[in-house]
Amino acid sequence: MSGWQQLLAWIAEILAIAISVALSVAYITYFERRIIGWIQVRKGCNRVGPAGLLQPIADMIKLVFKETIIPAPAHKVLFVLAPIAALAPMMAAFAAVPFGETTFFGLWKAAHVMAIGNIHVGLLYVMAMSSLAVYGMLLAGWASNTKYAFLGTMRSTCQVISYEIAMGFALVPVMMLAGSLNLADIVHAQEGGFWHWYVIPLFPMFLVYFISGAAEAARIPFDLPEGEAELVAGYHVEYSGMWFASFSLAEYAAMILISLMTSILFLGGWDAPIPQLAFIPGTVWLLLKTSFFVFVFIWMRATFPRYRYDQLMRLGWKVFLPWTLVWIAVVGICIYAPGISRVMDFWLAWR
Amino acid sequence: MGWLARTAKTWLLWELVQGLLLTGKYLFKKKITVEYPEERTPLSPRFRGLHALRRYPSGEERCIACKLCEVVCPALAIYIESEEREDGTRRTTRYEIDMTKCIYCGYCQEACPVDAIVETQIFEFATENREDLYYTKEMLLAVGERMERQIRKNLEADAKYC
Repeated sequence: MSGWQQLLAWIAEILAIAISVALSVAYITYFERRIIGWIQVRKGCNRVGPAGLLQPIADMIKLVFKETIIPAPAHKVLFVLAPIAALAPMMAAFAAVPFGETTFFGLWKAAHVMAIGNIHVGLLYVMAMSSLAVYGMLLAGWASNTKYAFLGTMRSTCQVISYEIAMGFALVPVMMLAGSLNLADIVHAQEGGFWHWYVIPLFPMFLVYFISGAAEAARIPFDLPEGEAELVAGYHVEYSGMWFASFSLAEYAAMILISLMTSILFLGGWDAPIPQLAFIPGTVWLLLKTSFFVFVFIWMRATFPRYRYDQLMRLGWKVFLPWTLVWIAVVGICIYAPGISRVMDFWLAWR
Repeated sequence: MGWLARTAKTWLLWELVQGLLLTGKYLFKKKITVEYPEERTPLSPRFRGLHALRRYPSGEERCIACKLCEVVCPALAIYIESEEREDGTRRTTRYEIDMTKCIYCGYCQEACPVDAIVETQIFEFATENREDLYYTKEMLLAVGERMERQIRKNLEADAKYC
């Protein structure tokens, strides 16, 4: 491919993923309202369009036309930049996520991985990008120059940084089994039915990763940065209109990202649960698994009360961190221990 | 063994799963939402909504300007002025209710010795400005004329409990 063809291909890929993420976010807000409504024995929003399906569009139009108020004591430049700083890394993280493999309807000889950049350190890149999003919250709270926004910021920064450690350690056993940081390779290592998936040998890590992911995305029961009872709305209390929407866009994008990563790392990504079902395209499987986890996020929101802050910190530092460290050691020993190592070879990709 | 079971329950998030299952069950329950403008809940005959002034079947006003309702009104929302009519009876010249002050307690209806002031089942009388919520005697009589059949029915339904 010549230079400009490559450029066009990249633009097409970026648009394809950015637009679908933005649309998914819009419709996740819709399904969140419907599902929480159903759980509370209500019908939920069903007025705008058939079954309320145009509700997200109406919300978007409303938010776009709303005035963005910049408070007088705020640091103007950072106040405006903060939502972008929150959203951009979240969207950038999707660049390394593989959505399946395709031969492009038989056009290509070998199957290509459907990712903007199928990089060798994909796992680290996604982790790094989702950690960078904390700067958006940090800047938002600081630039608002309000005590509630600032308290929310301190909470969210502390929470995200604490849980990132447990999250990173929870992924170490995955790397140990797959022997790669490339997300496509990690999926390939789990091919061949659900008994090959890492959720079986690494079930505790799967739980730790998903729960830490909820904390990272500041979702209930870990939505302390927004604790509306005591902090009004946390770090985005001073924001309105589209800048406010950017924060929720980032939050929901984080939710999608965590669900995608959980599916890829622990549930075999685009791998069919049983090989006989492999005729269904892999992307469909990946999106089904991702939707399930997004549903679990919403389900959790409708079920659990919010954690107290000290309990949150206790869970992150005193439960998850030691537990992941222990499990890394256990997996390491199992890989090399005589006898058990043969059992582990079933999941191990590199020996 | 108890220790083991408890540990297993903790690490498998047993209590959380139970909570999720409970809410999951409610996900499929029949929804109780009443979609208001199209669907309505039944109203009691005792429902206290917009006021109405009634007339006798002969067309004579019921109200005799005794001002019991004005006295009993806890929100001081009723204003009455009265004069002697040519035939020597006492009638109101002014009977006004400020709906922005009214708390819909129904004391005026209870105080009325001739069932002149009653509260109807109308609850949708929102207006675009506050002035329109100041109901004059003509407006109240008009409501009474419009709602007479229903008022009579409701009073009859409630009569045996009085």
